[in-house]
Amino acid sequence: MTDDELIWRIAGGSGDGIASTSQNFAKALMRAGLHVFTHRHYPSRIRGGHTYTEVRVSADPVRSRGDGYNFLLALGDSFARNPQENAYYGNEEVKPLSENLDELNEGGVIVYDSGLLDTDDIPDFDERVEENGWHVYDIDLRTIARDHGREVMRNTAGVAVTCAIADIEPQVIKSLMEDSMPEKVFEPNMSVFDDAYDTVREEFDADAPDVSVPEGEHDEEQVLISGSDAIAYGALDEGCRFIAGYPMTPWTEVFTIMSQNLPEVGGISEQVEDEIAAAALAVGASHAGVKAMSGSSGGGFALMSEPLGLAEMTETPVVLVEAMRVGPSTGMPTKPEQADLEHVLYTSQGDSHRVVFAPSDAVEAYKQTRRAFQIAYEYQIPSIVLYDQKNGGELQNVPASVFDEEPNPDLGSIITEAELEDAPHDPSGKYNRFQHEGEKGVSPRSLPGQEGGRYLATGNEHMPAGHISEDPDNRVNQVNRRMEKMEAIRADLDGDEDTNTHYGPEEAEYGIMTFGSQQGTVEEAVDRLNDQGHSVKMLGVSEMAPYPVAEVTEFVESVDEVLVVEMNASAQFRGLTQKELGRYGEKLSSLLKYNGNPFEPGEIVDGFVTSIVEDGTLPGHETKFVPAASD
Amino acid sequence: MSAFSAIGEHAEHDRNEYTPGVEPQPTWCPGCGDFGVLKALKGAAAELGLSPEEMLVCTGIGCSGKLNSYFDSYGFHTIHGRSLPVARAAKLANPGLTVIAAGGDGDGYGIGGNHFMHTARENHDMTYIVFNNEIFGLTKGQTSPTSPKGHKSKTQPHGSAKDPIRPLSMSLNAGASYIARTAAVNPNQAKDIIVEAVEHDGFSHVDFLTQCPTWNKDAKQYVPYIDVNESEDYEFDNTDRSEASEMMFETENVLNEGTVLTGRYYVDEDRPSYQQEKRRIGEIPEEPLAERYFDEDYEWERVYDTFLDKHK
Repeated sequence: MTDDELIWRIAGGSGDGIASTSQNFAKALMRAGLHVFTHRHYPSRIRGGHTYTEVRVSADPVRSRGDGYNFLLALGDSFARNPQENAYYGNEEVKPLSENLDELNEGGVIVYDSGLLDTDDIPDFDERVEENGWHVYDIDLRTIARDHGREVMRNTAGVAVTCAIADIEPQVIKSLMEDSMPEKVFEPNMSVFDDAYDTVREEFDADAPDVSVPEGEHDEEQVLISGSDAIAYGALDEGCRFIAGYPMTPWTEVFTIMSQNLPEVGGISEQVEDEIAAAALAVGASHAGVKAMSGSSGGGFALMSEPLGLAEMTETPVVLVEAMRVGPSTGMPTKPEQADLEHVLYTSQGDSHRVVFAPSDAVEAYKQTRRAFQIAYEYQIPSIVLYDQKNGGELQNVPASVFDEEPNPDLGSIITEAELEDAPHDPSGKYNRFQHEGEKGVSPRSLPGQEGGRYLATGNEHMPAGHISEDPDNRVNQVNRRMEKMEAIRADLDGDEDTNTHYGPEEAEYGIMTFGSQQGTVEEAVDRLNDQGHSVKMLGVSEMAPYPVAEVTEFVESVDEVLVVEMNASAQFRGLTQKELGRYGEKLSSLLKYNGNPFEPGEIVDGFVTSIVEDGTLPGHETKFVPAASD
Repeated sequence: MSAFSAIGEHAEHDRNEYTPGVEPQPTWCPGCGDFGVLKALKGAAAELGLSPEEMLVCTGIGCSGKLNSYFDSYGFHTIHGRSLPVARAAKLANPGLTVIAAGGDGDGYGIGGNHFMHTARENHDMTYIVFNNEIFGLTKGQTSPTSPKGHKSKTQPHGSAKDPIRPLSMSLNAGASYIARTAAVNPNQAKDIIVEAVEHDGFSHVDFLTQCPTWNKDAKQYVPYIDVNESEDYEFDNTDRSEASEMMFETENVLNEGTVLTGRYYVDEDRPSYQQEKRRIGEIPEEPLAERYFDEDYEWERVYDTFLDKHK
């Protein structure tokens, strides 16, 4: 934590409006010229249970959660289970306060709703406050809310108290509330706000050495956006007008955004019976000539294995998204992990050939989802966008201009009716849609309803017109052509700039590699390490398949050692890297985390210093170091 | 101008147009009921005046899955049990297509049962033909969801302990709006039923009894058959849900006793198709989506102009 930033944590129960309040808070500060970044923690439960959202606010760009936080707003949990002696889940009523103390930094601020929370229920509370130099504000937010409106408005009271303590201009919040609330709700909320704000000013010492929000200014218009928003927007700008899905956390976000937006642009969303159907519908719609997608999280994606293989065999373009959460099986539904990498790379029988992108943040999610569509339709191959609960849900401000792009409804490698007249047909009268030869392995496809284009699509191995065949020569020709696409795509991607991210000094002595959602956190760790006098750079890889062998080889060659950072227990990304590179086992070690919480920058700093530089052991048990093969 | 000029051309078509030139020839066993489906479908397509290239025939896996190898149109031979989700999406994408799904009883009532139930429930505007031979044929004679109780096979050596699925009753309960049963030995009725099924606006389900002379000798040839709509021994109103239900129950009860009842069991012309329902609530465009990608005048919406304001 630095002095010039606020890391505000609003905590309460699931269903108490924590998410929407924090989103409004973040957006208001973005509008005020600041950079914001959110981090969500919530249970798999509709009502009640330990929930918080952190909003990190800084004058400079932020791309990660911080180390701990410095401002706690502890609201009540309206749906907490009754506390019982020795209850397995503990006393839920005090959790908005008790569960959040461990990560609160020294000198931090605690605001709690004394109408609902009692510090007598928390062991050693006063001693801990004393020890850590925390500033405590006990305010009866519930009563303030009740006096002017309804009890649920205690969130507004809490935000007002935050403004009073952290020197945030009330109008910044009020104008956003005015935009987002109907008048009859807005009025009482304003009374609640003012009362709470004045209470702090009157009853507490306004000059306490607390935290405050810095001044900031954006040089261009910003939008507050999540990875899920960006994936949906990338799809829409690529002319995707069909989605099929089945609800599953956290993929549901993309499905919801698409379902709400598609009717507005004349598209179709289908919520169907299961994920097998969902992926099969996307394949069917794409086969008929509409740009289509589906997606799920781990368990649902497992059901998509067969339609995914069907898309490979029938060369039907389709984009699937996979939002990872903790596994195996149902795992921890609302917590992030990066352990489905091997799952999406290899699931479904036979030799897989598919494209997998793992974007790190909202900007990459938008760009790489667009690229996924372009490749899928040009090469008639499934493309997968792999992300997780973290980068799907976290909000950050990005320049609106990122999205100032033209739509691309191009269907890729299709053949027109005019071209079909001169195209090769087989003796049965069918169009040779799967010719043995094709530029970059691609044979143009016709669409049902086109004159002269009929063919058979089949999951069996097939002849050029689609007829089922087990002829060995034909088999080898078809496999070779399909696999040739992967090399052609690799060459295309090698020509793309900025898909994979290089960060830090080029001549650095050590390297850190990561993929997907941990990239922003690693970047912050790299900055701190270099500030501390270490010499470190980062490569964040987004191209999981085809893997950027040349680019990664060059990176690994350029440093003494590489620490691979990922959120899983079996070092899947390191394994993929070694498999693709065919060597460097002695050079790559791993820093892993799989407790359901994403890395903090400080954990990566500590992990790097203790394991790579000092060859020691890691402090604590939140992360795990796995040495290189030679160590 | 349509990019799909095979659609809606309404020319005269001869049934032989749906036979692939030269190859492939059917590989079904001599005497297989599947020939009856192929013949009936060709006759129906010709009678309906459908161009081979405005038809998309989606099949599952098994002997029945080869229907679109031997019926010349656009075809999608999908995976086991999944012909329906592929088919119904193609219809949503391009409603001008005549979409027919087909598969066996294991494919449709077993592994794909969930898709069957939901496609019927949603009443998608398409036809589903289930080749019902009461056996798994291509994998060499295992018990299937429609095999009679007590049926012995290599995988059920002591005879099946399970009652068979009731395909007609299941279809009615799920929501299909046209339900019929026909048999391969009854080619004229089969053709007429397929014509009606394709013309029907909504989900039409044809349970097609297809004898398997190799693996299911018990089932014989499904003769003699009785048409319940024509026979004087049976009287019911097939637009009345309760009467249809009773007739289906009876039909399913007597099949394994050797009485083969066929006919139109349920016809609901009033229920709107899924496409109509979805258009009514504004969730499906007026013009076929598949045409839009070829419309050079269409102005594709930009996210930047359409959706970004709420993030500012």
